[in-house]
Amino acid sequence: MKSGSNLEKVLAAGQFAVTAELGPPKGSDLEVIKKKAAFLKGVADAVNITDNQTAIVRMSSMAAACAAIQNGLEPVMQMVCRDRNRIAMQSDLFGAVAGGIRNCLFISGDHPKSGNHPEAKIVYDIDSIQALAMAKRMRDEGKVLCGEEIEGKMPLFIGAAWTPLGDPLEIRPLRLAKKVDAGADFIQTQAVYDIKAFGKQMKVAGDLGLLDKVKILVGVIPLKGVGMARYMQKNVPGVTVPESLVKRLKDAGKEAAPEEGIKITVELIQKLREMPGVAGVHIMAIEWEHRVKEIVEAAGLLPRPTV
Amino acid sequence: MIVAERKPYEEIRAMLAPYKKVLVFGCGGCVTVCATGGQKEAEILAEELKLTDAKDGVSREYVVKTVERQCEREFLAEAASEIGAVDAVLSLACGAGVNLLAEAYPKPAVLPAMNTTFLGVNDSPGVWVERCKGCGDCILHTTGGICPVARCSKNILNGPCGGTHDGKCEVSDEIDCVWALIVKRLTETNALDGYRRIVPPKDWRRGGHGGPRKMTREELIK
Repeated sequence: MKSGSNLEKVLAAGQFAVTAELGPPKGSDLEVIKKKAAFLKGVADAVNITDNQTAIVRMSSMAAACAAIQNGLEPVMQMVCRDRNRIAMQSDLFGAVAGGIRNCLFISGDHPKSGNHPEAKIVYDIDSIQALAMAKRMRDEGKVLCGEEIEGKMPLFIGAAWTPLGDPLEIRPLRLAKKVDAGADFIQTQAVYDIKAFGKQMKVAGDLGLLDKVKILVGVIPLKGVGMARYMQKNVPGVTVPESLVKRLKDAGKEAAPEEGIKITVELIQKLREMPGVAGVHIMAIEWEHRVKEIVEAAGLLPRPTV
Repeated sequence: MIVAERKPYEEIRAMLAPYKKVLVFGCGGCVTVCATGGQKEAEILAEELKLTDAKDGVSREYVVKTVERQCEREFLAEAASEIGAVDAVLSLACGAGVNLLAEAYPKPAVLPAMNTTFLGVNDSPGVWVERCKGCGDCILHTTGGICPVARCSKNILNGPCGGTHDGKCEVSDEIDCVWALIVKRLTETNALDGYRRIVPPKDWRRGGHGGPRKMTREELIK
């Protein structure tokens, strides 16, 4: 075991993993975390704590991850490269491990352009791939980036994101390979709706020998209606929503569209479960934490395994 | 070249308020090439200022002069008498020129007429684009001659990130995703093999994060 985290154990046991997402509050209110945690407890093997997602200021992912632990969840602390240099990132990783955090996921982070402080100075001292290599070195060699020894152990299960259907398509499996080479133990992908196109990318990843080396959790985002589907098609890079799904939401009518969206999500999970190389799903139910349980249940994935 | 654009007119007017005699000082270097701070632009600016002064009833005298480059002491010296005769120099040079002016001439107020923006190229008539960040450690041989340090919105050295779409950057559809361009060029030149190599973290000291930079050529020091 690299970290001994629940997520690592579930994956190592060959169980189909379920992770979810918890966005920290836009402030200091721990009640928000408590409330969201209650919906997710026993439903997901680990829960991602986002790091100022969409570049909007929220409680730090480390503090919120510690609060998640207190509320009975296992966190995956997300860490973006946008706001901290290598000194702050490594320092926060020390603090995270000390606070009981065992899973950490590294991403570039959305550009401040889309957030609430577009005038901020960006950092991007290191990129997400360099951050993965840094975390792996901290854990496996007990050294910080400069080569100095670390006091204490750094048991971390290291995660990375993957946009399998991002542009340019042909580079995506290669970039996944770089992330695996750099140190990713698990991957959580951008939302997938087009199972066929995703399957092709997974085939390429398999041919590159990546699927034996890394656990892939496929991202699913429940669609609440036609508007959201159109928004995802238009504004979220690397996400394609097939028209057949949009039609289903449309045909369901405005009132029943959310239920149809849940149904679609459950079907997607079931199809993904049958795909070779898929180790689990990452359910990103944005401000819809209270519906995760029924999705997981309907997909036949409850109760969650105890390992 | 160094690209600089002229400050808004009202900002320049406000800067000039305390002064009675002003040298509108053009530069014959980069700002002449990017058509914002040469002799022609200095003359036009001085005329515009005179007109506004007349309208506002302000009494102020203007002298216009341009030297070949404001970033070299020898060229600055050619304007020594004009600089000595005014209480403010409104420089149309890039920030480097303005700084040297202040270093070389302690007396007059030194005012920037320009906002210095980037190291770039003339893309098409009237359009200049950023192409170099002066990072001090060039990696263009590994990226098909296309710079991710200058052109990736996130400085990603192992790109592209997940924000790219249709060859454009997540920051704006007006911005090409530089990694899409790099991948295309590496693919077309059969040079994609190197892409699998993980580019290590960069030493940003050479890019200005180690304090102000200096270049020394021993053989030229007398």
